[in-house]
Parts: sequence; C-alpha cells; structure tokens
Amino acid sequence: MHANSLQYITKAQADYARCIDDDRLEEWPSLFHGPCLYKITTASNYRDGLEAGIVFANSRGMLTDRVSALREANIYERQSYRHILGLPSILSEDGAKVKSETPFMVARILQDGDTSIYATGRYFDVYEIVDGVAQLHERTVVCDSSRIDTLLALPL
Amino acid sequence: MNKIVLPPEASTPANWPEGLTRVPYWVFQDQSVYAEEQRKIFQGPNWHYLALEVELAEPGDFLTTHIGDTPVIVTHDTDNEIYAFENRCAHRGALICLENRGKHRKDFSCVYHAWNYDPQGNLTGIAFKDGIKGKGGMPDSFKMEQHGPRKLRIAIVHGLIFGSFSEDVPSIEEYLGEEILNHIERVLGGRKAVVLGRFTQVLPNNWKLYMENVKDSYHASILHLFFTTFELNRLSMKGGIIVDESGGHHVSYSAIDREAEKDVDYAKQQLRSESEYKLADPTLLESFDEYQDGCTLQILSVFPTFVLQQIQNAIAVRQIVPRAVDRTDLNWTYLGFADDTREQRLTRLKQGNLVGPAGYISMEDGCVGGFVQRGIAGASEDQAVLEMGGAEANSSESRVTEASVRGFWKAYRANMGI
Repeated sequence: MHANSLQYITKAQADYARCIDDDRLEEWPSLFHGPCLYKITTASNYRDGLEAGIVFANSRGMLTDRVSALREANIYERQSYRHILGLPSILSEDGAKVKSETPFMVARILQDGDTSIYATGRYFDVYEIVDGVAQLHERTVVCDSSRIDTLLALPL
Repeated sequence: MNKIVLPPEASTPANWPEGLTRVPYWVFQDQSVYAEEQRKIFQGPNWHYLALEVELAEPGDFLTTHIGDTPVIVTHDTDNEIYAFENRCAHRGALICLENRGKHRKDFSCVYHAWNYDPQGNLTGIAFKDGIKGKGGMPDSFKMEQHGPRKLRIAIVHGLIFGSFSEDVPSIEEYLGEEILNHIERVLGGRKAVVLGRFTQVLPNNWKLYMENVKDSYHASILHLFFTTFELNRLSMKGGIIVDESGGHHVSYSAIDREAEKDVDYAKQQLRSESEYKLADPTLLESFDEYQDGCTLQILSVFPTFVLQQIQNAIAVRQIVPRAVDRTDLNWTYLGFADDTREQRLTRLKQGNLVGPAGYISMEDGCVGGFVQRGIAGASEDQAVLEMGGAEANSSESRVTEASVRGFWKAYRANMGI
C-alpha cells in the first residue's frame, strides 16, 4: 500500500463532507473526476445486486443538474446536514487507483432546529491518486437502512 | 406523534357534507377513524397489492409485507401456487416470520414456542404437543386444523399479486373493471418484470393524503417544476383521466402533442412553473418508445393503496402502508424487464432520478402531505375544497380536474359506510 494513500483519501473525504455541510453544493460536482459515477442506494439493494439508485448519476453534468434542481426547481423545507465520517479502509490498490470504504453518519437539521440522524452507511469509493491528491472517480453511497424519512434532497 | 384528535360532535361521520366536493379534516386526524379503516377497508372487501410474481418466482420463495397494520406472509409453495396468510402465530400471537424475504423455505416456525406452519399457513406442528413422559402437553380436544393464522384470497394480474382477507370481495377482474385492467396490461402485460431496486419513503402524513396526491392531476405541473419545464406533463398535452365506476381506481395519462406546446395558457397563469431551466446533461430525458403509443406518462391507482407508474421509461409499483394516523410507508419497487438491452436498462436507471424519495418530480409529494397534516392541525372541523372540474367523479379529457380525488372519497365513503 502506498504509504500516503490513506492520508490523501482522508483529506478528500473531509473536503467532500465540508462542501455539502457548508452548503457549497455548486462545488460538489467538481469533486468528481474521470468518468464520474455517483449513486445512492441501500444495503439491501447493494447486497442483492440491484442496480437502481435513489440518486444515479454517471456524468458530472447530472450532478450539476441535481444541484440546479435543488436550487431552482424542487420544493422542500430548508435543511442542512452534518456529516460525521469514520476512518477510511483501503480495500484495494492498483497503481494510482485506490478503492476505499468509509463509514458515515449524517444528521439532518431542519429549519425549525429539529435534528435527527438521517442516514448511516458506507461510501464505496474509487480514487485516483494524482500528484498527492486523491481524485474521486466513483462513489456508491450505501445507506444501512432502506427507509428514507420524507425525502432526500441534499446529496449524501 | 400519536396524539388522538377526536372529531367534534358536530362532525361525526354521519354528518359528512353532502356531495363529493368537501372533505372534513378530522378524517386525516382521528384515531378511531384509523382503527375503523383497518376493519372496513384493509380487512374489508378490497384487493391489496402484496408483491410481484417475479419476487416469488420459485417454490420456497417467501416475503413478508403488510395490509394496513396487519402483517402478512406471502409464499410460493411446491404446488406452484401463491399463498398468503397473516403473520401471526395461532398460539399467542407472535410474528411467525421475522425476515423480509428469502428462499428455499419449507415451513415457518414461530420462535416463541416453535409452533410450525406449512407454506400455505396450516398449523402442522406444536412443540411438546404430547407433553414429556406422559405429562403436560395439549389436551386431546385441541385440533390443529381448527387453529391457524387467517388465510388470504389471492389474485394475480399481469404479474401483480393481490390479496384479500374478505370472502365477499368480487373477482379481481370485476373489482378493477376492463379499463383499469387494460391499462395495467399496457405496462406489464406479457412481459417479465425485473426488480431494479426497492426503497421505502416514510411520509409524515395520513395515508389518504398520499392517495389524494397520486390521484390529483391538477397539482402535477404546478408543484413539480421539473415535470412542467421539460414538457413531460403539461396540462395542455393530450391526455386525460379515467375514473372507474366505484371511483376508487383511476388512470391519469398524457401523450406528446407538439401543437399544444405553443399554448399560452401557462404564460397567462403566471405560475411558478414558468422559470427558465436547462439541463447540463439532457441524456436524463432521452427515452425509448416502449409502448408505441406516444404516451409519456401513465399513473394508475387501485383502491385503496396501490399505484402503477410509467413515467417515460421509469416503471415502478408503489405500495402504500399506513403506519399511524400521521405516518405512512411508501414502498417503491423500480422495475425493468428481462428483455431490456443494456442501453434501455441504463435509460431506466437514469430516469429513476425522476421518481422515488429523491425524484425530481416526486420528492415534493413526500413533503406536501406533511404540509397538509401540519396545516390542518387546529382545523379538524374545517373542510378541504374539491371543486376543480366540477362536482362529479367521472372520466375526463381535461386533467385540470379533481375528479379522481373525488372518486377516491366516493369509494372511501362507500367502504366506510359514511
């Protein structure tokens, strides 16, 4: 294992979480590189090999559209997330390509202050390490529960 | 969450306003109404969606679900028939099966005292039935065949499994009627469905508020900006609604009408739907002509709690399960078909973004019922107004109507005896 992979990935994870939690969603698509795959699914679908996602994007353009829709089209109560990430595990390393698994917990804060644990799960990621930076190519968000409270607006 | 709102004396069910254009708000709030719905609707003479046939493809396959509050086990037995029975042990009432789904099951054994059932719901064994060394055990008068969980009647329509607790429910064909049957066949007939994913959306509202929303063709292009802007569903498109004779089932559909796109009705209305909006990746909306009829949308509901959806190539069934007066599970099952090409499958995955808990055109439906539930909190004596498109519950070529919502209440009141 490349000694620094874990460090690079940890930094990428922290940047990702801050981007969403700080409501800088317009920057979120730029965190993805290469062909780009982003999917949110459940542990049960993931285990059964079912392909569909709650969110499914195979281009950065689709991520941009997700943000535009949230900003301009979709109706939902104002809310924010707080991501708490666990330590990444490196699953495999092939040259500069690194696969990792990282546990997360996301609290959702609604405009009236009501705060709840909205989702827990794992990020299955594919990174490419380029000049000391872990660039995210693929992220599959696997939620532990199959139940989504009310709706899923902001990305996980 | 579990507060009990009693209807005021003046608005007891017997005093429901005349006609179909008013709905008293206590019907969404009252615990005794909820309990009565369980008896009269969910255990009454109606058919309830349980599962897809492909989810129980082989003998030994089983799954658990709910009809209203009541837990149910659905099985595929070795005689190749589908069975369903209440998930409740005949002994002391514990759940018989704790798993969501599984395979190769020959019997079900209650964990509490190991009372055993075959896949048809017959009680076949009782632990220590004859006692030990001649002592204890069940009395001779106890007959296993006289005890067991309630069994359901089963009907299968184009791969959809329905069940009913009632002996009085008409055949599924009679229950649905020819028009509804034809529109189910249009989407599922003669094809082998494939499950692409399952998600549950937990709605903070009474189940009937979601069913009203499903049947409400008036709101679609107003609340859902995404829908309107991309011409998936303008009210001025060709289309209409079908309401069956009972009122309880409906179809809302729309088809491409390029001429109508120049319609100025929307601009005049100054609706929120008029804002500019462009996609960075328009491949999301690239679809294939699956049904060769130009129909881009068909939403079909079966009373009380089933929805079959075709939005372009996003096919899904939705099962609505009441959990409490103000809490409802919406179970989504996204579908493809066995003969999909890789490209077609990818199209379905992309269009999955339109629907479900994060759907561009359905996420609002997850919260709007909650907005009503919260809005009416202090107004149980007041009433909703349903006058758009008149006072009847008939089929219509216009979708600027609440006819199918009125139809729901017509069927609801017939079931509840209100």
